[in-house]
Amino acid sequence: MNSNMTDTGPIVDVRKLTVDFSTGGGKTVRAVAGVDLSLKKGETLALLGESGSGKSVTLRALMRLHPDSARFGGSVNVDGRDILAMPYGDLARYRGKVVSMIFQDPGLAFDPVYRVGDQIAEAVVRHEGISMQEAKKRALGLFERVRIPSPERRLDNYPHEMSGGMRQRAMIALALACRPKVLLADEPTTALDATVQIQVLLLLRELQRELGLAVIFVTHDIGVAVEVADRIAVMYGGRIVETGKCADIIRNPSHPYTQGLLASRTGHEAVKGSRLVTIPGAPPDLSNMPPGCPFGPRCKYVMDRCKTQTPPLYDVGADHFAACFLIEQQAASQSQLQSA
Amino acid sequence: MTMIIDRLGPVPEVGDDRGGPGTPLLAVKDLIKHFGKKAGFLTKAGAVVRAVDGVTFDVGKGETLGIVGESGCGKSTVARLIMQIIAPDSGDLLFDGEAVGSEQLDLTSYRKQVQMIFQDSYASLNPRLTVEDTVAFGPRVHGASAKQSITLAHDLLHRVGLEPARFAGRYPHEISGGQRQRVNIARGLALNPRLLILDEAVSALDKSVEAQVLNLLLDLKEEFGLTYIFISHDLNVVRFMSDRVMVMYLGRVAEVGPADAVFSNPSHPYTSALLASMPSMDPDNRTQEAPITGDPPNPINPPPGCRFHTRCKFVADVCKTKEPALTDVGGLHYTACHMADPTSGHPNALNAARAA
Ligand SMILES: Nc1ncnc2c1ncn2[C@@H]1O[C@H](COP(=O)(O)OP(=O)(O)OP(=O)(O)O)[C@@H](O)[C@H]1O
Ligand SMILES: Nc1ncnc2c1ncn2[C@@H]1O[C@H](COP(=O)(O)OP(=O)(O)OP(=O)(O)O)[C@@H](O)[C@H]1O
Ligand code: SF4
Ligand SMILES: [Mg+2]
Ligand SMILES: [Mg+2]
Repeated sequence: MNSNMTDTGPIVDVRKLTVDFSTGGGKTVRAVAGVDLSLKKGETLALLGESGSGKSVTLRALMRLHPDSARFGGSVNVDGRDILAMPYGDLARYRGKVVSMIFQDPGLAFDPVYRVGDQIAEAVVRHEGISMQEAKKRALGLFERVRIPSPERRLDNYPHEMSGGMRQRAMIALALACRPKVLLADEPTTALDATVQIQVLLLLRELQRELGLAVIFVTHDIGVAVEVADRIAVMYGGRIVETGKCADIIRNPSHPYTQGLLASRTGHEAVKGSRLVTIPGAPPDLSNMPPGCPFGPRCKYVMDRCKTQTPPLYDVGADHFAACFLIEQQAASQSQLQSA
Repeated sequence: MTMIIDRLGPVPEVGDDRGGPGTPLLAVKDLIKHFGKKAGFLTKAGAVVRAVDGVTFDVGKGETLGIVGESGCGKSTVARLIMQIIAPDSGDLLFDGEAVGSEQLDLTSYRKQVQMIFQDSYASLNPRLTVEDTVAFGPRVHGASAKQSITLAHDLLHRVGLEPARFAGRYPHEISGGQRQRVNIARGLALNPRLLILDEAVSALDKSVEAQVLNLLLDLKEEFGLTYIFISHDLNVVRFMSDRVMVMYLGRVAEVGPADAVFSNPSHPYTSALLASMPSMDPDNRTQEAPITGDPPNPINPPPGCRFHTRCKFVADVCKTKEPALTDVGGLHYTACHMADPTSGHPNALNAARAA
């Protein structure tokens, strides 16, 4: 079965995804605990959230790039195919060709002992069976496309000969080599200076528009999310706790974790010598999740029911949802006011 | 807070303040590092990458010097040169007034006092060591007992927000990117260094954990009088952390001065472009055009004159031939731009002189 969907249907459709790992000591870590995600062609979603909240594991699940010890639950549909059920033989074709990924660590994408240009050309030959010469031409075009200076010379570089920033752009070139439909980006601009970062973000926006790419973009930088994303999803403890249009999340954060995250920024407000605002407490133990709201133990609004029940995503506004009982409560008191 | 120093017994003699408070902890003079290049498909052998091409700066005791600049401008190379991971082609390093590698300050005692937290958290961790062994390794090598070093490791892991009960026994591939970076930070602190070089050390962390780690770094600095070199692309973070900031471009220093002066009153056009490139934070008003476009020049063949002249909107004839020296613009603030020097012959220099 191939993509026989209409253009308006989601190209990525993740339902109730769970990912479990067994670690030393016989414990099971539930890194992703029921994530729903849906993405249309040409749409960009930014995933924000706590370090360790499951952003990278979610992305890797979309590529099925996990060790054998990983157990999946739920479903992951990409371009009309069920990735979790895909036979091994098809996976290699799927990766790179339908979905491709830019990693958090550029060191992981390239083999240190081969020239970067050869690795890109190699990937194209493997996937598309065109000649090495053709593939090298495409690699050069990609280097030009991602604006690597002196591209001919840089194709000859070994990964260690490039600076962190340049490696990151080379990795984008590698990811785009086989013209994928979905691009997964795990903090791809964290290692870039502001002048190059904005160029890369504009480039990704342009590629996304021109190629109709769907992009999931993990970042810690809210400013970056604002520059690239249509929507933002905020993760905490393996769940999506808030999702909505960029502007709504920034201006009207509704989950207490999102509010804390926005307050922790070292923006212009941060006065030198003062302490930065942090969210007190530690993130939850994923191998021993307490019942109730995962953010409960750190939340300043915590109520009794938060300790026993897990809040579902409530409607906060147009296409804006947050998983917090406060929202239900506010809605209830509002309707009470109205009926009074 | 528990004293980290106490755990390791008496402070080593080499760690004392030897040069006195007026001596910079680190003085870097005319540092040069060129990387050789083997022949490639389209390039000749013999071309060199001028990664660091004459860099001079001081870091005072208890000071935080921020370093920012273009990707590839040589920040990490400067850090690796200071760490003695690679040897400079030429240039001097003085640590607390003593030449590094000299009779007074041999490499072993120097290395104990200077630690670095690397940019690439995955590559810098040994995949076969658990989290606690990674942090305990340094103290162990330097003579702490197994028990002492594990206790210290757990204390530090706790301080960087990684509960030892949950994380001590895991391997690097079993933790997230931000968690790995905190292991690196704990390891860097384990040897109780005097100078800590943080190369993109917090950029993999989310903002709330980042805030925790930055608060921790500020506490440690206050408590132990640590000195930091803080390299980052996050300009807000650099401004918050640094007393002084150095802006690099293509292997050279473009501007250096007090953090607030550099950020609110940049005097080098590259610094201005850098600041203007920060994300907009306004969803209805996203950035439409990059403040500087064009390729950064090739470090194998840097442009003559001012290295920024190929991309500078104020470029004048003098910029293409004469390299600007670091010029005092007042208040310990220096900039390598002809516009700051009234005698340079740059048409805007007169205005600058009048405005000053
Ligand atoms: N192979 C594994 N075995 C055991 N636990 C794992 C494994 N991979 C990830 N984890 C755990 O799963 C959780 C989610 O990890 P993930 O890498 O998705 O975090 P993240 O949200 O991307 O964080 P960061 O922002 O720090 O990169 C973490 O707590 C991590 O320790
Ligand atoms: N071992 C090496 N061999 C050849 N060239 C190198 C080597 N290491 C670094 N370079 C080159 O030296 C220059 C400076 O690199 P460096 O890593 O110091 O930059 P950086 O300022 O840290 O960049 P980033 O912000 O991207 O981390 C770059 O052009 C890089 O390609
Ligand atoms: S010296 Fe000239 S080219 Fe260089 S930054 Fe100043 S004005 Fe621009
Ligand atoms: Mg991650
Ligand atoms: Mg670097």
